[in-house]
Amino acid sequence: MALKQTLKELWHKLGSPRWFYQISGPWVTGFGVLAVLLLGVGIIWGLAFAPPDYQQGNSFRIMYVHVPAAMVAQSVYISMGIAGLVLFVWRMKVADIAIAACLPFGIMLTSLALFSGGVWGRPTWGTWWEWDGRTVSTLVLLFLYIGIFALREAILDSQMRARASALVAMVGTINIPIIKYSVEWWNTLHQPASITLTAKPTMPAEMWLPLLVMVLGMYCFAGHNIITRMRLEILRRESGTRWVRDLVLPESTLKGSG
Amino acid sequence: MNITVLFLREWRVLIRNRAAMINPIVFMFLAVMLFAVGSPLQDNTRALYGGAVLWLIVLLTNMLSLDSLFRRDFDNGTLEQMMVTADVPLLAVLVKIIVQWLGTGFLMVLLSPLLCLFLGLPGTAIAKTALLLLAGTPALSLLGAVGAAMTVGFARGGVLLGLLVLPLFLPVLVFGASAVSSEVAGISANAQLYWLAFMSMVALLIGPFATTAGLKISLQL
Repeated sequence: MALKQTLKELWHKLGSPRWFYQISGPWVTGFGVLAVLLLGVGIIWGLAFAPPDYQQGNSFRIMYVHVPAAMVAQSVYISMGIAGLVLFVWRMKVADIAIAACLPFGIMLTSLALFSGGVWGRPTWGTWWEWDGRTVSTLVLLFLYIGIFALREAILDSQMRARASALVAMVGTINIPIIKYSVEWWNTLHQPASITLTAKPTMPAEMWLPLLVMVLGMYCFAGHNIITRMRLEILRRESGTRWVRDLVLPESTLKGSG
Repeated sequence: MNITVLFLREWRVLIRNRAAMINPIVFMFLAVMLFAVGSPLQDNTRALYGGAVLWLIVLLTNMLSLDSLFRRDFDNGTLEQMMVTADVPLLAVLVKIIVQWLGTGFLMVLLSPLLCLFLGLPGTAIAKTALLLLAGTPALSLLGAVGAAMTVGFARGGVLLGLLVLPLFLPVLVFGASAVSSEVAGISANAQLYWLAFMSMVALLIGPFATTAGLKISLQL
């Protein structure tokens, strides 16, 4: 019962941008430190110590960037859909700030996944670009991101913008699995995912352990980046309020200037 | 408001506003002609790409006609009155979408023999193509209406509408085009037909709710 009460309180507090700003400071540091550690260890382990692939040689190492980027790009879109639901049901301002923060980061990661895929595809498939099922579903993900981005740019009223982008994010999230599976059945040259939650990995541990570290690192990087963007956005939106003024211009300087 | 009254009103608006109904269809045939003129003269290539081109043109035509789905009623205030006074706004929205489908998707079903002929698809594929269009086009109208509802407030929402809804149309294109090409190759396209019907059902589940919510946002209700 006590736990339920605490959770309920936490939920209500989350609705306040000010409270979110005050609580999230340590999260940024935590995620940042973890991201540097995990990505650093993962990239050195993956690039220097993991054994070369018996077919692809060393070019498979692009996977250590490509797979985390693609995975996190999808997760970020889905979290945007969830934020959209939260905004729609509970009218939580922080949810809109989260959507605004997820967009640029998601676009960046999806582009990184497409670019690194092309670099990997050149030596492996013999082409920079192939209309392959999973490539197309990642490209569609990019278009879905850009669609919400363009919609947000087009709407001037902030409340309308928040609700409109939340709705589109939700509809997009429901459609993601349908789009993904339809294009994968349509045409796929891409190797199926080597690592899933339900089955044993098809590669040796020396190869997938660094990948796992990289994926975790990328999630931490996402947390760090998105929360930092959210904090900046909160400061910008609340710039007229007293607490932001007190934060930016500490009281002593105000007194000093008279 | 009574559903029958609503339906009759929408139907009359559709019939009397001939340009809004005919222009997309003319665009459709124009696009078919441009494809036929632009493609190499050997007949077999046209049949090979016919399915993909057919569905692509259906997608684009639908998108064009969606832009005007709510526009006129939004501009003259009818839409706001409708959303405020209807007992169930969802039903009013659904009626509008159904009438839009009758004017585009269903019209395409009726015109599919002509489309197949122009695109060089074999006569045996005509009946199945009509059935595929019947199963797949409701998904386009239902999902596209969400985008139309979101962009109705903008003076030039056309490009943004495309950016929002075309990615959602992709599965319909995938199954529609593969169905036509397997039908041309003599393989039964029933599997794709069921998939298209399934997608229309999913769209029916999401579309009207999301469209109603979208209209409320655009109208700032």
